[in-house]
Amino acid sequence: MNTMLRACAVASLLFSTLALGAAADANRKSASAYVHGDFGPPRGEPIHAVLTTPPMVPPPTGRNYPAKVIVELEVIEKELPISEGVTYMFWTFGGTVPGKFIRVRQGDTVEFHLRNNPDNKMPHNIDLHGVTGPGGGAASSFTAPGHESQFTFKALNQGIYVYHCATAPVGMHVANGMYGLILIEPPEGLPAVDHEYYVMQGDFYTTGKYREKGLQPFDMENAIDEKPTYVLFNGAEGSLTGDKALTAKTNETIRLFVGNGGPNLVSSFHVIGEIFDRVQQEGGTRVQENVQTTLIPAGGASIVEFHTEVPGSYVLVDHSIFRAFNKGALAILKVDGAADKSIYSGKEVDSVYLGDRSEPNLAAVTQATKAASAGKLTQEEQIKAGQQLFTGTCSVCHQTSGEGLPGVFPPLAKSDLIAADPKRPIQILLKGLTGKITVNGKDYNSVMPPMSQLNDDEIANIVTFVLNSWGNPGGRVSAEEVAKERAAQTAAKPAEH
Amino acid sequence: MRIAVALGAALALFMAAADAAEYVAIGGGRFASVLPADANAADVAIAPFRLRTEPVTNAEFLDFVTAHPQWRRDRIARVFAEQRYLERWQSATALGDRTLPSWPVTQVSWFAARAFCVSENARLPTWNEWEFAAAADATRADARSDPAWREAILGWYARPSASGSDEIGGSANFYGVRDLHGLIWEWVDDFNALLVAGDSRDQNDPDRLKFCGAGALNLRDRENYAVLMRVAMLSSLKAADTTGSLGFRCARDIEVKR
Repeated sequence: MNTMLRACAVASLLFSTLALGAAADANRKSASAYVHGDFGPPRGEPIHAVLTTPPMVPPPTGRNYPAKVIVELEVIEKELPISEGVTYMFWTFGGTVPGKFIRVRQGDTVEFHLRNNPDNKMPHNIDLHGVTGPGGGAASSFTAPGHESQFTFKALNQGIYVYHCATAPVGMHVANGMYGLILIEPPEGLPAVDHEYYVMQGDFYTTGKYREKGLQPFDMENAIDEKPTYVLFNGAEGSLTGDKALTAKTNETIRLFVGNGGPNLVSSFHVIGEIFDRVQQEGGTRVQENVQTTLIPAGGASIVEFHTEVPGSYVLVDHSIFRAFNKGALAILKVDGAADKSIYSGKEVDSVYLGDRSEPNLAAVTQATKAASAGKLTQEEQIKAGQQLFTGTCSVCHQTSGEGLPGVFPPLAKSDLIAADPKRPIQILLKGLTGKITVNGKDYNSVMPPMSQLNDDEIANIVTFVLNSWGNPGGRVSAEEVAKERAAQTAAKPAEH
Repeated sequence: MRIAVALGAALALFMAAADAAEYVAIGGGRFASVLPADANAADVAIAPFRLRTEPVTNAEFLDFVTAHPQWRRDRIARVFAEQRYLERWQSATALGDRTLPSWPVTQVSWFAARAFCVSENARLPTWNEWEFAAAADATRADARSDPAWREAILGWYARPSASGSDEIGGSANFYGVRDLHGLIWEWVDDFNALLVAGDSRDQNDPDRLKFCGAGALNLRDRENYAVLMRVAMLSSLKAADTTGSLGFRCARDIEVKR
């Protein structure tokens, strides 16, 4: 759902307080106001930036003037879980992966303090992509353990920017989790939304295999070959699922700040079951609308916004999909609220779809279905239809000859089990059969699942075919009998919902 | 407890005094350093030298500051060491249970390390000397191309920091030198000339001599990143700095007679 109207309204209000003259039409798509980004020297008292741990985002700056903002960030080397029962020696900006979220306003003067915890082993620095200057601050922030560096920059360009460590070997520092996001708000701020969340992808390289337990060391070889063991949102498998899932209600607007720390992979970011109403890449002021999957480069970020209509669990993935289901790149947004059937119905019909099987191989089945609905179904038609269904469903195990496979699949031909109770096959088809049975003097201990894909007509036809084949006692089973048996079984089972 | 620690310290001190530090001769030669001698990745030439077989211990350093009280943490000139200098020691003249006598001394500045070595009729090794000796494993003078050698070094980086609180006594390498890897970072004499910039990506920037990206860029062997991290660590330091995992050992010219 598009929030553009509201965006314009909010932006107009804020703009009216600014002396930006020609840009006062408040059109966010106009880039002209952002060319310089220097709104003069900082005003007012210095402000200490609110830093948040993922997935939370600091509140809007709410300012309409440029200020001096003090950011204090500590580098911490720390063993943390990367998956269930698996730990990794992460290097972090502020104790989490990704690092703390920094939020300032375009034109702000940022006084940056980088502290390297005394217990750390490594020197570190920081390169903020939102900085205009050599190395993005890296050359000015090289810091030994137990020391602090300070540098100051003016945030000239608005947008969502990655920051990361740039100490040699750079790839290893990034691969160990040293990245995060800094948001430089446009002067009018971002339009109000109901939820803002911070999600950042990264790829990880361990010497042990995926989910191999214990403390897993970094594997440089795999990192150079770009073969990650894990691809993760927010630094750990399960960091945004279950109890830690992102939450929202229906009819709310969600804004995700999505970054990609890399070091190697590009993310095909997608939310299963949602369409992004707006995507703002990096600092771009030209918003893209109605996006299904958006590419987030390593060392890049996007702001994606969408509106929730239908309750349920929405899965955030890297749509390079093996990464999602085999390497961990998966998070959940849980949306609560009343269902709106006019938008999404849930499952309405579950019927048999014969597709191209119906012609010509299943002609007899079609004929039987027609005859049954006309009330003129004969036993002969049932047997023919049953034979075709048997070939498709049953013969893989019980064989076309009905002889089964010795010791594995029991025979249906001349079966003493069927002879003892000709209605037994109905129950077996409906319920399945697991465990030890004896057929024609031989023991079988196997598993047949319930044939729940078969409807009453089909089961009646199959059983009628079996009863009249391979020396079995004959007889006929009607769809009504199957329906009755099915109802009895359903009643006997405790309700699942 | 205190008495026991003090006794232990005194005993260790006595042993250190009685048991002069051991040095072994290392032949030197031409060596492919991670920091090549010039832009063409030339080998460096290393003259024969002697290297201390083990890092300097807390007991040895306590002995030193006792004999040379100007290096005690309560008397040192601030220009020679920042305030964390020997901070974990119980006092200026006692070790305490966070810094056992047999552990390598850490939280020492380059100035203090250098002064210690002079007191032992020695000097700090150069980076190339250190790197040359550290390229060995138990059986080979240069094991750097062996993935197992690399893994062993990296294992330490991946372990949670226990800043110097490990015992000296790793297995001796090819030359009979112990604990070059896996225990502490070590000062070298020319730590501030290693040509690694704060921003390691400056590559072939014309500003190179000012910003010095050479270390990262001219890596002749991608496997050398394990050693490169040590270069990065050293180049982040100033001479008065100390860290909880940074100690040292000394070297001697081969001509020096004892």
